[in-house]
Order: sequence, then C-alpha cells, then structure tokens
Amino acid sequence: MTEPILQLIDCTRVHGQGETAVRALDGVSVQVQPGELVAVMGPSGSGKSTLLNLAGALDLPTSGQVVISGQSTSQLRPDDLAALRRRKVGVVFQDLNLIPSLTAAENIGLPLELDGRRVSEARRAAVGALHELGLDDLADRYPDQMSGGQQQRVAIARALVGERRLVLADEPTGALDSVTGDGVLAVLRARCDAGAAGLLVTHEARHAGWADRVIYLRDGKVVDEAVGR
Amino acid sequence: MSVPLSLLALLSQGPAYGARIKADFEERTGRAFPLNVGQVYTTLARLERDGLVVADGGPDDEGRIPYRLTDAGRAEVGTWWERPVDRTEPARDELVMKLALAVATPDVDAHAVIQHQRTAAMAHLQRLTRAKLALSAPGSPPQTEPVPTPTSLSDEVVLEHRLYAVESELRWLDHVEGLLLHRRAPQSAPAPSVTLPSAASATAAPSAARPAPDPSTPISRPAAPDTRH
Ligand SMILES: Nc1ncnc2c1ncn2[C@@H]1O[C@H](COP(=O)(O)OP(=O)(O)OP(=O)(O)O)[C@@H](O)[C@H]1O
Ligand SMILES: [Mg+2]
Repeated sequence: MTEPILQLIDCTRVHGQGETAVRALDGVSVQVQPGELVAVMGPSGSGKSTLLNLAGALDLPTSGQVVISGQSTSQLRPDDLAALRRRKVGVVFQDLNLIPSLTAAENIGLPLELDGRRVSEARRAAVGALHELGLDDLADRYPDQMSGGQQQRVAIARALVGERRLVLADEPTGALDSVTGDGVLAVLRARCDAGAAGLLVTHEARHAGWADRVIYLRDGKVVDEAVGR
Repeated sequence: MSVPLSLLALLSQGPAYGARIKADFEERTGRAFPLNVGQVYTTLARLERDGLVVADGGPDDEGRIPYRLTDAGRAEVGTWWERPVDRTEPARDELVMKLALAVATPDVDAHAVIQHQRTAAMAHLQRLTRAKLALSAPGSPPQTEPVPTPTSLSDEVVLEHRLYAVESELRWLDHVEGLLLHRRAPQSAPAPSVTLPSAASATAAPSAARPAPDPSTPISRPAAPDTRH
C-alpha cells in the first residue's frame, strides 16, 4: 500500500479552556492516499473547518498527530511548518485572501516566489494554472477588476499551482453558478486523478459526489463514511 | 404518458418511419427511456386515428411507411412546448412512506434508517458523478467530439436530472434527521435543577432556544413519551 499524503491520527482539538472549552474535534482519524479525493460533510459547527485547518498545518491538534508527506506537524519548528505549508499544501478557503495590490498571476505565483523561485518561473506556473481553469485572460487583472466568481477561481488556481500534492478546499464553489462550480470540481478531481490528495469540505451532496469517499462529522466525531467506487 | 407527444415532436423535424423514430427518440433522451418498435407503431396508429399524423406516401422497398405531421399534429406539438408539465401530483414513493412510518413507529430507529439510506444515496451520487465525468471528459475514449453535440447534451440533461434528484433526496434526509434531533432534544437534555418550576424547566433546556419545528409538517412526532407538563 502507498504512503498516505495526509494522515490524521486520533486528533482532538479543544478551543479555549475550563468551562468554556469547546471540543471542536474529538478523536478523529483520517487518511488520504495519493489519487484520492475525500469529502467532509456535517452540520454547521461539527468541526469541518477545524479538521481542514489541522490538515493544512494552519493549526495544531491538542492531542493526536497530523502527518503530511511523512512529517508530523506538531514536531516541526515554525519556519519548517511554514515551508511545509508553502510547498506541499494548496488551500482554498471561503474567504479568498487574494492580495488586492497584486494581479491574478502575481497572486498565484506568490507562494512560488516566496519559496525562492525566479519571477519568470513563477509567472509561467501561474499562467499555466490559470489556463487549466480556462481563465487565461484574467492573468493581469487586479482582484477589484474581477467578479466574485472569477476571484474564487483565481484563488483555486493559486491552490493548485506548482507541485502541491495536498489540496484542501472549504466550500470552494461558494460564489459560483452550478455549471462553473462543476468545472472547478472537475479540475480538483483531475488533480487528484493525477496523484494529488484532496480534502473537500462541503455542505452540498452534489459536490461530495466528486469524491471517492465521504466522511460525515457530527459534534467533532466521524459518524459515518460512504464509499462510492 | 408523454411518448406520443415526444413522437410528434420528433416528426416535426420531418417525415420518418417507425424504426427511425425509435432510434431518434432513444438517442435524444439520453437512452434513459427505451422503447420497442411495436410500441412506436401502435402509438403512430393511434396518432393517425386522431388525425395528428398521416402516412407520407406508400411503403418503400423494405415495406416501411414514413409518417408526417398534420396541421393538427403540428399545433399539438406547439402547445406541448408552451404548456408546463404538471408536476403537482406526488409520486407514490416507497422511501417517503418508509421514513414517515419509521418516525412514527416506536421500536424503529429512524436515525439508522436515515443513515443507511444516506450512505446508499451518497454512493449512488458518486457513481453518477463518475458517469458524468466520463461523458464530458474531452480525452475519454467513448466520446471523441470536442464540442458537445445536441445528443450528448441530451445525455447530460438526463444524467443531471438523476444527480439533482439524488441530491435533493440527501438534503431531505439531512433535514428529517435535523427535525428528529430537535424534537428529541428536550428529553436528552440534562435533568433541570430541582428548584425550577416545571414550566420554566422546559424553556431552560438549551435546545428550547431553537424555533419549534414547523407544526404543519406532515411527519408526526417520534413516539417518545414527552407529554408531562
Ligand atoms: N478559534 C475558536 N475558538 C473557539 N471555538 C472555536 C474556534 N474555532 C471553532 N470553534 C468551535 O468549534 C466548533 C467547530 O467549528 P468549525 O468551524 O470547525 O465548524 P464547521 O463544521 O466548519 O462549521 P460551518 O459549517 O458552520 O463552517 C464550533 O462549535 C465552533 O464554535
Ligand atoms: Mg466551516
């Protein structure tokens, strides 16, 4: 069996302390293999975003371990953790976080530049990622010159740029109509078919239909799992 | 039944004989509604009797009789396109009956019924999504034309209908589960402090802060003894 790209091992995440402590995630174990797209569903407050933050090394578990490409996030120093996030993990969140003073292509190329790649190389990769999503003509537009749906797709291109083998998405089709949304999910699916591991948080069963497995969370626990293939 | 009207609609594109009409019908409805030739000829005979089609000349070398629309037939097709299809009469749906009975039958675990159904529906949705991907993926073997043809669009229309039906079923299952949880909540809350008068204790339960479920819902409450007041 291949090495999973992402492993959550008995992860618990408690926010706050004492009386007001919230057990947002409670003993959850999940593995995502190369080539796999896993959807996470569950009611509001069930811990989906918490799980995704742990998977993206944006947050650390209170107990348990998160292992990304063989590295345990709890054992890395902050700068190694940042490098892991930049190189291995692509993230699309509900709030897009595009930088207003950068064009679409610059936004997309930024993580590569931060990683020491040449500007021309970052540009080439960014243009390639835009092309993959059919967005060639947006390369030189600033965020305020794009519709919400276009910004969303640029944010997705940013998550897919370079050799990221782990792609995490939290409701990535929020501002898109259903046909455009399908296009985005098809790209995510294609990435996974090409060997990436994907984790997709969604409220919409229709979107979870693109996944190989669906995990249901309730009150921070995995309560059910559906396998499609 | 809509088959006669569908045949009229096909004939509005020009005269055709039975086997041709059967093939066109199946191709343009995503092969989701197979017909047999006998059924087509019986229908054509009925349409001829009603003055909506006539034989367009005699039989050809192979003995096939082409049919064409009369003016009345053409008017009938025009009316069909204009008139909305009546969807107000609900189908007798086994799942609806089963779940309605489950929530009203004391020794049945309605949650388990929902969970099993959801797992099956999700797996079905994933298979349909795979089928859709195969239909639209440009490089996939069976479909080689890069631009969707009218019939591949028909295939997609039929497939999407199935996808949306499963999706809506999943949402309905989630909703019913939510209804069950909200109705059950008052009993599962911790026993109120003894000093509270009983009327106040009901409103003190945390879940009572939520709005009561719509009383007009046809699903009767789960049979838990909850009538003490
Ligand atoms: N930083 C935080 N501090 C305190 N509690 C938090 C924090 N982040 C999340 N929580 C709590 O943890 C629980 C899980 O939250 P989470 O955001 O993971 O839910 P979710 O499943 O993503 O919900 P939604 O579908 O609404 O986005 C919630 O009860 C939430 O209030
Ligand atoms: Mg969330």
